[in-house]
Formats: sequence, structure tokens, C-alpha cells
Amino acid sequence: MRILTYLRQVLDAEESVHVANGVVALENSKLVMDTMDEYGVEEALRLRESGVEAEIIAIAVGPARVQDALRTALAMGIDRAIHVETDVRLDAIALSKVLAQIATQEEATLIFSGGQQADWDSHALGAATAERLHWPQAAWTSALELKGNTLTGKHDADEGSETFTLELPAVITTQQGLNEPRYPTLPNIMKSKKKELRKESLDQFNVSPKLKFVTAEIQVKNRINKILDGKDAPAAAAQLVDLLRNEARVIA
Amino acid sequence: MILIVVEHANGRVSKSTWEMVTAARELAQSMGREAPLTALVLGSNVAPVAAEIARAVDQVLVADLPALAQYDSELWSAAVAQIATEGEASVILIGGSRSGREYSPRVAVKLDAPLLEDVISIKASGETLTAQHYIYLARVTETIETTSPLTVVTIKPGVFNPAAQRAEAAEQFDVDLNLPTPRLKVTGKTAERSSRVSLTEADIVVSGGRGVGSAEGFTQYVEALADQLGAAVGATRAIVDAGWRPYSEQVGQTGKTVQPKLYIAIGISGAVQHLSGMNKSKIIVAINRDAEAPIFKIADYGIVGDVPQLVPAILAELKK
Repeated sequence: MRILTYLRQVLDAEESVHVANGVVALENSKLVMDTMDEYGVEEALRLRESGVEAEIIAIAVGPARVQDALRTALAMGIDRAIHVETDVRLDAIALSKVLAQIATQEEATLIFSGGQQADWDSHALGAATAERLHWPQAAWTSALELKGNTLTGKHDADEGSETFTLELPAVITTQQGLNEPRYPTLPNIMKSKKKELRKESLDQFNVSPKLKFVTAEIQVKNRINKILDGKDAPAAAAQLVDLLRNEARVIA
Repeated sequence: MILIVVEHANGRVSKSTWEMVTAARELAQSMGREAPLTALVLGSNVAPVAAEIARAVDQVLVADLPALAQYDSELWSAAVAQIATEGEASVILIGGSRSGREYSPRVAVKLDAPLLEDVISIKASGETLTAQHYIYLARVTETIETTSPLTVVTIKPGVFNPAAQRAEAAEQFDVDLNLPTPRLKVTGKTAERSSRVSLTEADIVVSGGRGVGSAEGFTQYVEALADQLGAAVGATRAIVDAGWRPYSEQVGQTGKTVQPKLYIAIGISGAVQHLSGMNKSKIIVAINRDAEAPIFKIADYGIVGDVPQLVPAILAELKK
């Protein structure tokens, strides 16, 4: 079988966000593979290590720099990578068209994608891709097994979690708890340099953004920021309760 | 028409739905033309839900079917897409719950429509819809636009004021649906229900992190304070991972997003992933021994000190 893992390159969670001229400025910031997508890369590798015969392909869509994230995936153990190069920002609904076409071309039967994107905060890519392919999907998956063509796993629903079964082909969106992604080892980094990283142009996918991104801004809510010294606990507690009752008026 | 897909639980219309009604009314007003509000109720034994929402909209469509007893993304998206097409909807509003954000992309693909996710404001001007939503783990606010005969929108919970009911009830119509057979089979549920108020609907949330010391510390400080205030309890990823608390209580990027009137963070340092789930709270209180903890930067009120001394003192003060 063939497994696709879709991955994105985002700002490292430890970095602060800067906005200039209405767009988020990423220059001079540390960029990494989206953690949510990393769970999918790791899970694909673990499925293979559990005995599933699979070729695993990583896909990224974006400017030249996203190749760094693909290189990381190759160094983790992914077999080959496809980079659809573009500077156009595609919303998830438009992007799903690219991913679905690649899945069809590659005759893939399992796709991993992160549950939420750490930059656009979108949840939509997995489900939109599944819909285009007429596949089922399990979202926010935190445990997964594959036996024959049957996936069994656990995922989060509105209240609590559910166990499920699902027949391939399917889309799985991933999240924390699914696994602990591995670090690439030096020999694997060396090996990955010889692996195929194919470049494609966006033109052939016949896709255009469904949304216009007008502007971005950092809205900082002004906080009162009264910080009390807690050495005298009863006094600090009395002061806090008084502030909450009589200044903020949020408790009775 | 503006189509609102009603979120409901235990025979009651959810708070998120009343918020969607407000968003829909504001949107209809900005459209400046006839835009009736239609509510769609999907489920099994949902007559009370339909009757309740009828007091807030112009028309209620009801699909009360055993096949809809359990949410499924393929069922829900098929139903919503069919109704939107038949009713020539111009905007579909879906709740920004986990399920709403799961099936809404399928609706958008089926109808070849744009999807505006998790919006905090939306208005029309001519043929253009303009909305705002958060990006970068809720650290940045982005304005987005679309011009399309039909747009799918998910509404972020806890942002719009819940709409009030009206005296008169709108007419209800039963609808026929062509439904697919769900392929994801749910084999078991871990309902993590608690006796407390729901985390995403609570006016006050008391949350704990590593600084509460242990699972016992969480009960002793966080739960005790929550019970005293009639609040919901929340937790950081670190202590959920450590097994101190269930995942359903996790607040942050991979957990729930909350926006209460009062958020009390006990022993929480304030990692960006946690902040993204609570930084829109109206008033934030932080109690932490480390004066340098990032949580204090976004706090309205804070106490630097030890949780085991401070929380019992606060409880004693509240009981006075």
C-alpha cells in the first residue's frame, strides 16, 4: 500500500509572532515541521514497523523553504517526498484539491494530516480531502492500528472520546497522544540526502484560493496586570477576592 | 436564506446555537435584503429541540430520524448540503465544535463553496462577506473575504452573545433526506461527563497545571475552588499527559478553547499552546510561585506565591 503524509512548515511554537504590513512576517524566525503533522509522519513509520508493507510519501505545498520540512520527514524515515512549489497561500478547501489529486495519482489508500494547523488554525484539510476522494475519515485520532484493510483506533468527539473501526481507503487526522515522534539520527540524515524529492508546479492542479486574505493584526487586549505578593497569603487572598468582587465584578 | 445547523445535546438547544442565531441576525441585517433565518435540526427524538429553536428563527426544518441518532461527518454533511441546495441558502452557519469543524469542510467541497472557519465576526457588504478569525494559535486576528453565491461558515463558540427567544414560534417542516451509510463505525464511547457545568459554556473556569503538585493537589485546590465558585474545571496538557486529569478538561491548542468571564489559572506557567485556548477570557487571574511565568503577562490579577497556602486562603475568604 501507499501512505501519504501531508506536512506543513510553521513557526516554532517557542517563537513570538510578528506582523508587518498586514501579514505575519516569518523572516528571521525559526520554522519547523508542524507538530500536528509530525504525529502523522511518525504514525506512518510505526505502521510499517508493525509489519504493514507500505511505501510512505511526504507531501508539502508552499515556497522553496518548505523543503526543509520534507527533508526532516525523509530523515525520519519517509521514502520519498513531493514538493508542490508555490508562493500562493491556499485555503484548506483549495489545498485539498491538490492533495486529493496526488493521492489519486499515487494510488494511495491512507492519508495522514494534522488535526489543526499551527499557523492558520484550520481543521479542514483532512475532511475536505476525504470528501474529494469520497473516503471516510477519522479526526483527532489518538490511537491507531491497521490489520489487513481495517483501521481501529481512538479519537476525540465533542464530549469525551470514541473507539472506532474504519476500512481503507481513509484519511486520518492526527493529534497529541498518538505517538512520540522520533528524532532523525545522523546516519538517517545522511541516507535521506539520496532520497527522491520531486518538485511539481501548482499549475497542473487547476486550483485557486477560495478566500481572500485581507489583513492580519495582533490585537493585544489591555490587561489590568495587578500582580500581588503572596507572602502573606491571607492578606493577598483578601485583596484578590475584593478586586474580583468590587473592581472586576466577576464574582458575587 | 441563512441556514443555521442547530447544535443540541440531551434534548436541549446548545448555547453555541443561540450564539449562531445572534451571528445570523447581525449578518441578515448587514445583507440589507430579505434573508430569512432557517434552522435545521438533525437527530433522533428532537421534537423538543425543534420547538425550542422555533422561537428564534423564521422557519425550522426537522429531520427526526433513527439514522441520525449518532453524529457522523458523512451523514451530517450530506444532510446539510442537500437542504442548503434545496433551500437555495446563501450562507450556512455551523457550530465551531469539534464535530462542526469536522463536517463543515465536506459541506464546502460538496457545494464547491468557500469555508470561513471559526469566525468571531461576520458581515456582508454587497456580494462580499467579510469575517474575522484567529490564526497562529489565536495570537493573530485575520480578516478574510469571500464573494460567492454560497458560503459555509463555522462560528467560534463563546464569542457572540446568545440570542433571546421570541414569544411567537416559527413554523416547522419535516424534511426528507437521502443519506449515505456511515463508514466510520463507533465501537465504544468514553463519556467524560462531570457533574459540573460544561467547560465551554461556563462563566467561570478554574484551571490547574503542574504547579498544583499532584492529582490530589488538583482536587484539593482547583476542584475545591471551582465548586465554591460554581465553575468548570480545566487542565493543562502537561497534567493531562501525566494522567492527573481527563483529556476532556484540557484547555489549549489540542484541547478546548474557552472564553469565560473569569479564568483562574492555578500553578500554570502559560505555554503558548495553553494560552491559545484561554487568552480571550474577559478577566484572567494567575496564581503561581514563579514571578517570571508568562501567564502573568496576560493576567488581569495575579498572586506570586505558593498554591498550597494561597488557594485555601482564597477559599476561606470566599466563605466569609
